[in-house]
Amino acid sequence: MIGIAYALIALIILILVPWVGIQGLGLTYLFGVIIPYAAMAIFFFGVLQRLLKWSRIPNPFKIPTTGGQQKSLNWIRQSKFDNPSSTGQVIGRVLSEVFLFRSLFRNLSPRVGTQGTSVTYASAKWLWIFAILFHYAMFTTVFRHLRFFTNPVPWPVGFVEGFDGWLEVGIPQVMISGLVLLCAVCLLLARRLVIPRLRYISLMNDFFPLFLLIAIATTGALMRYIVGINVPSVKELVMGLVSFRPVMIEGIGLLFYIHIFLVSTLLAYFPFSKLMHAGGIFFSPTRSMANDNRAVHHDNPWNYTVKFHTYDAFEEEFRDKMTEAGIPLDDTLSSSTGKD
Amino acid sequence: MIPSRLPQERIKTVADNLPKPEELSQIDLSMPDTGWMDTPAIFRKGIYCHAARARDIEALGMPNPRDWRVEDDDWKLPHNWQDVIMDGLRERLEKFRSLRIFMDTCVRCGACADKCHFFIGSGDPKNMPVLRAELLRSVYRHNFTRAGKIMGKMVGARGLSETVLKEWWYYFFQCTECRRCSLFCPYGIDTAEITIIARELLNLLGLNIDWISSPVAKCHHVGNHIGMEPQAMKESIDFLCNDIEEITGIEIKPSFNRKGAEILFVTSSGDYYSEPGIFTCMGYLMLFHQLGLDYTWSTYAAEGGNFGYFTSHEAAKLLNAKIYAEAKRLGVKYILGGECGHMWRVLNQYMDTMNGPPDFLETPVSPVTGTRFENATSTKAVHICEFTADLIKKTKLKFDTKRNDHIKLTYHDSCNVARGMGMLEEPRYIIKKVCNNFYEMPEETIRERTFCCGSGAGLHAGEDMELRMRGGFARANAVRHVRDKHGVNMLACICAIDRAAFPTLMEYWAPEVGVTGIHELLANAMIMDGQKERTQDIRGEDLPNLEPEDKGANNV
Ligand code: HEM
Ligand code: SF4
Ligand code: SF4
Repeated sequence: MIGIAYALIALIILILVPWVGIQGLGLTYLFGVIIPYAAMAIFFFGVLQRLLKWSRIPNPFKIPTTGGQQKSLNWIRQSKFDNPSSTGQVIGRVLSEVFLFRSLFRNLSPRVGTQGTSVTYASAKWLWIFAILFHYAMFTTVFRHLRFFTNPVPWPVGFVEGFDGWLEVGIPQVMISGLVLLCAVCLLLARRLVIPRLRYISLMNDFFPLFLLIAIATTGALMRYIVGINVPSVKELVMGLVSFRPVMIEGIGLLFYIHIFLVSTLLAYFPFSKLMHAGGIFFSPTRSMANDNRAVHHDNPWNYTVKFHTYDAFEEEFRDKMTEAGIPLDDTLSSSTGKD
Repeated sequence: MIPSRLPQERIKTVADNLPKPEELSQIDLSMPDTGWMDTPAIFRKGIYCHAARARDIEALGMPNPRDWRVEDDDWKLPHNWQDVIMDGLRERLEKFRSLRIFMDTCVRCGACADKCHFFIGSGDPKNMPVLRAELLRSVYRHNFTRAGKIMGKMVGARGLSETVLKEWWYYFFQCTECRRCSLFCPYGIDTAEITIIARELLNLLGLNIDWISSPVAKCHHVGNHIGMEPQAMKESIDFLCNDIEEITGIEIKPSFNRKGAEILFVTSSGDYYSEPGIFTCMGYLMLFHQLGLDYTWSTYAAEGGNFGYFTSHEAAKLLNAKIYAEAKRLGVKYILGGECGHMWRVLNQYMDTMNGPPDFLETPVSPVTGTRFENATSTKAVHICEFTADLIKKTKLKFDTKRNDHIKLTYHDSCNVARGMGMLEEPRYIIKKVCNNFYEMPEETIRERTFCCGSGAGLHAGEDMELRMRGGFARANAVRHVRDKHGVNMLACICAIDRAAFPTLMEYWAPEVGVTGIHELLANAMIMDGQKERTQDIRGEDLPNLEPEDKGANNV
């Protein structure tokens, strides 16, 4: 539980740093240009390095977790997504994990009866719902941000934006994804705090990203709905960054610098943390391998020979007993056991 | 009948310190006040197994053979034990992508937490798969990640101390490697895999348990887990044939180590050694005789089960290698495997990679139906349930299902076969053809979501009986549910460990439910050529449901 405190302290420091840096020291170039660049670089190279590292480690054995009927006799219906036997089916399985969180959807929760001697199982889809809401909201929000990075803005971005803002309340328009994102993260956090065993397993590493996301979404919402910032100036700054011709724009509020500093932190934190789960799913051998072990030979690159106890050594030791019992030996032709 | 250690005797020997079911089922699910890193493992009798013995560790040439006791403070570790573990961990992080991914990607979402039968039955937080994995992951963070090195405990990292090592031992021998957690994890993190590798690390220091290392040593040297010598094994199977003759009037003479047979049959030694496994074994013998199958037993590759797999990948490979070596020596065409769970995890997911591909064998083809087993073209090993389901589908067998009418059956999917293979329908197909009264347990507890018997991965010893009863609680609870609802009186399974463990578990949680293998049921109902009037089932008990005229009709 102390993890929460650590994570909160870290977050407060992360908000104070740009505050002091901008308000006190006027380091706009550092916070507007250098740090975002550095964070991007760390993110890309960090993720790349991690993925390369994973991909270089071999899969000595083919160990899919089978979640349905295997492919065997042709009149028995195979469960193609849960027990894939071909690459195509494996891709289907992995995509269903990535886009639908299929395994999470299975979730059930045992309930021990009051008598203590009976257990029933209830479906427990809360985590699945929160996670789906969060990830899709996150995706939409990130996608919408492309409007700051592109000129002209590609049509899908505008399209998603239009779709996202369908509520059409207020000026500026309310974007559902941002609010859903904030709510979903809060729900994930609440889950961690309310369920005793989750509280028990949670570390600072689990609270920190949630706090960071809450702060990012909150500063974003503040800028959009309450404080208001100079959008054209921000776009000029960001376009400068992405075209590698950074320009300093005056008159962008402090809030923006805090927002972008927190995002930079998230980016830089990503490759070294559990957030790499996003890439991990593609490499997880229990999900990304086919259950065709008996049909297709799988090679272990570091396989080696072992000195097992040979038949000859075995026969040597038990020769007399085997002879007496009428079990055929290798070096005699007599065989007194039947053929059945 | 063969002298065997019956479960009833076993339960009596431990009954002294085993709490009553009513006490045991009062499970406290609240979390301790202290964080898990600050809550040292307290070794409770009845939860852990005896330590491995020097001679068994030595027999495999594994490190640090010595006699030691769990209760002693001094586990007689080599002076550089920390380096041994760290080097071992580093090596495995480079060799197993699974390990690295599972160390790096857990988000502690808790989806796996209440999926483990040991957590459900004990409430011990370190039996949540996520925490079991964190036991190792915390050390990984400390030594292999920058954040862990710098920030330590703040980010869930801790160094390897003797306390941590003992905690590993205690909890990695409280995991049956059943993979239920892996099914529910959004990234497929498989705590079974973590346990397998953690046990491998522990074995670098000679920290195995007796119930595993002793069978491994015997299997390596003599050929099967119980150390039954070739003549005794043959005698044992001959005994079963005598019983079959008494019941059916049919004389069966199976062959052993016979060169030129078409098929090598391998099953777990539990099947020819103790009740109720032997009844399943009689089922195999009767089926093969009825088919006139050209097959042989082997006294050298006499064990399908593989406790090496509960020790290390290398030990698994060492024991498994004998099967292909024997198939080659005898010149058979392919391998047929009996009803066993972890045996099939190894045969299905490891054998071909570890010791194959067996180019000297042929793609399995059923000599009776001509069916080619396309799913076994490389490994050349067919599961007997696949084999038999095919026979029945092609109507090669005739049944008098009334002989199973006194049985109200339910079926337990063995973890390894369910989640390491996915053989769910074949056994059900056979059951439905040979047994009229079949009731499924609640769907959350069967098929891929099946619960472990609580005694897998080498934990079905006598001294850890409380752990086994706790671990088997979820499974037994579902059995009791169908017992009370439908009057179920028999639990079928296709796993030798199940057959060894369930009688005790049922007696404890769900009395009046017996345990059977599928080929026992099959043999009960199967009409054999030349059989005499059948008045008894395979167990030699009188068949209650046969009217006199039915009995006469049995002769074909
Ligand atoms: C590919 C399949 C993915 C799955 C199955 C998945 C699943 C999850 C789950 C279950 C959580 C909840 C953790 C909690 O209880 O706190 C989570 C959190 C999160 N995920 Fe994903 N995720 C996936 C991909 C992604 C991607 C592509 C990204 C982003 C770029 C991402 C970023 C995050 C972040 C930022 C959090 C919240 C922070 C946290 O809880 O630590 N995820 N994810
Ligand atoms: S379900 Fe997977 S990601 Fe979630 S806590 Fe368990 S192991 Fe970690
Ligand atoms: S593999 Fe089975 S026993 Fe081990 S942690 Fe997972 S659910 Fe529990």
